[in-house]
Amino acid sequence: MSDGPFNQAVLIRGGTVVDATGKRVGDVLIRNGVVEAVGLDLDDAIAGAQVLDASGCIVGPGLVDLHSHLREPGREESETVETGARAAALGGYTAVVAMPNTDPPIDCAAVARQVFELGARATCEVAVAGAITVGRAGKLLAPLAEMADLGIRLFTDDGNGVQDARLMRRALEYASALGVTLAQHCEDSSLAAGGHMHEGEWSSRLGIPGQPGEAEELMVMRDLALSRLTRAPIHFLHLSTATSLQMVRVAKQGGARVTAEVAPHHFSLTDAAVASYDTVFKVNPPLRPPADVAAVKAALADGTADAIATDHAPHAQEDKEAPFDQAPPGMLGLETALALAVTELDLPIERLLALLSWQPAAIAGLAGRHGGPIVAGAAANLCVIDPEVTWVVDATRLASRSRNCPYAGRTLTGRVRHTVLRGEPVVIDGEAQR
Amino acid sequence: MTATVSATAAPGVGPAAAVRPAARLSTAKPGGRRHLLSIADLDREGIEEILRLTDMFVEVSERPIPRVPALRGKTVVSLFFEDSTRTRLSFEMAAKRLSADTMSFSVSTSAVKKGESLRDTVETIEAMGIDAIVVRHSAAGVPWQIANWTEGAAVINGGDGWHEHPTQALLDCYTIRQQRGRLDGQRIAIVGDIRHSRVARSDVLAFTALGASVTLVAPPTLLPPTLAGWPVEVSHRLDEVLPSCDVVYLLRLQRERMQEALLPSLREYTATYGLTRQRARLLVPGALIMHPGPVNRGVEIAAEVADQPNSVITRQVRNGVAVRMAVLYLLLGSGVDLGV
Repeated sequence: MSDGPFNQAVLIRGGTVVDATGKRVGDVLIRNGVVEAVGLDLDDAIAGAQVLDASGCIVGPGLVDLHSHLREPGREESETVETGARAAALGGYTAVVAMPNTDPPIDCAAVARQVFELGARATCEVAVAGAITVGRAGKLLAPLAEMADLGIRLFTDDGNGVQDARLMRRALEYASALGVTLAQHCEDSSLAAGGHMHEGEWSSRLGIPGQPGEAEELMVMRDLALSRLTRAPIHFLHLSTATSLQMVRVAKQGGARVTAEVAPHHFSLTDAAVASYDTVFKVNPPLRPPADVAAVKAALADGTADAIATDHAPHAQEDKEAPFDQAPPGMLGLETALALAVTELDLPIERLLALLSWQPAAIAGLAGRHGGPIVAGAAANLCVIDPEVTWVVDATRLASRSRNCPYAGRTLTGRVRHTVLRGEPVVIDGEAQR
Repeated sequence: MTATVSATAAPGVGPAAAVRPAARLSTAKPGGRRHLLSIADLDREGIEEILRLTDMFVEVSERPIPRVPALRGKTVVSLFFEDSTRTRLSFEMAAKRLSADTMSFSVSTSAVKKGESLRDTVETIEAMGIDAIVVRHSAAGVPWQIANWTEGAAVINGGDGWHEHPTQALLDCYTIRQQRGRLDGQRIAIVGDIRHSRVARSDVLAFTALGASVTLVAPPTLLPPTLAGWPVEVSHRLDEVLPSCDVVYLLRLQRERMQEALLPSLREYTATYGLTRQRARLLVPGALIMHPGPVNRGVEIAAEVADQPNSVITRQVRNGVAVRMAVLYLLLGSGVDLGV
């Protein structure tokens, strides 16, 4: 592996360049970590450049994931920053936001610094989300300013919602002076308590205790009110119900400072999958009925949802091989998100890249380095996508250290061919280079 | 088994299941393993086949030496992660009457308390060379997981969480048929804590598959969150249901339901949904009173009512052994020599 910047020139040849400014046919020449030129027939521009074939492919800004559980420190048997970043690179990501529910949690500068250091050597940029409260326990404010000084721009107790309305209000007020955004895992824990899947027709038949969609919606409603009260921005993590998204739609029309992400599994799977009792389908928020899945797709189409975020949540096999009510919630996502978006969403590639790249880059405070536009002088964080190729998901051949992939055996369309991080091809023809 | 993401290919999905993968225990693919996981996996003929076979084992049970050599050399393990003396003893007696060897594994004496995983426990037991596992667990779906992790043994669901208890439903069907001749057209009221009841879920499937009509009687807090797709009627007034039913099936009410704010008090439950002596007079002559046991006398049923002649609660227990003999025989027997 290389230390220091990657210096060899790279030429991405024959693709269609897509970014927020539009779509054009052209080659991309990269040198010293930045885009040097974009244009037709750059072949002769430089001798000795490494050539990446992009014929028939889309050349886009690298994808940005707002929601990755990299598990380090504390749960290295299920994922590390290194393996998670490799999975991310294979999925086309050049930046991910590492969630703070590690052990110990990322609730102070010391732990945040450790994750940043691990990320410095990784195959994608590792941004960090800090916890809102000490120990993610929902009682005392974590040192947000100390973490913001390290460059942290998102804070969340993800895995838990902040239950106490007054504490959430104070956190929003305090954060507003720091120029950071709080992100909420919306779940009213008293209503959701003990629920291991969506409460509805399937939970009733299967005899599995459910949690109603209203457990999510109550906190969305509350936090929209608190954002209005404090005039602070709020980001909603992994929204999964029609009513949640409708509340966000209406709030945005009223000018609220709200952004929202949705997860690939919430537009690709329904709660009927749980009928297999396979714990790979246990996730929080849970898989929902078809009407909610349709609403998630509609929210992506009309701009209510700003981003597709993976909620990549690796779990060791021995932890998942437990009775359904004891298995931890969560599923892998980094290596399949783009293909699921291409396969399941009837949206043009420039809209998909908005949802997967430049919009989440803006929410994460990563715009400038990630999310394009692809012009001379821009940071060379790019991905090359073959939008036509079909492939079958093989859960045994994933870069993640865990195997809890719910799409095993599924045929998907669209795949990442190359990923370039700071000018270095970290994925070439679907193979991780380090 | 590979993970399935479609509704129709999923096993044990309840009343509206579109696919019934193994309609009869005795006609599974040659060489393929057979399990009894859910009533939803059986069709009418599959249930009736078991009931017909049960007739023979009832006759065996009445002999001076109630034992046949049908499963000699087979080993049946009861793997109980939840206390249930009744069901475990019933299965073990059924296995012994078929001359099978039995082993019993309960959580209090097991390695599970030492941190061994469920899968390791199951694989260890199977490695000893056993033929059937009867599993009881507090979590729905565990029998499916075990069936996926094992290679040779038949898996019998002895009750999984709130989900299913198929042999209870089969013995209930047998008892009703024995007492009333058939299930077709019978009007059956299931009363009480349907939400948390694996017995109710299996009974609804089995009773309706055999042509009975079912009314669930419970306060809304003790019903499943939705009954969409369930072929049942619902009532919140037991007094209105009793005069027109042929069978009243009472479920056990667990005392901790008050802590979850599902009920104000046992007293109020008994007053509104209990089969009190007074309320039992609303039943037509010959209507059966049933209960899966263990009975909370004075809560869901008055002590005197439980002992009335039309109460068949002990008959259910007795039939349970014969039904479980039939299930074990169908799953493990040669299918040729009944040995009766």
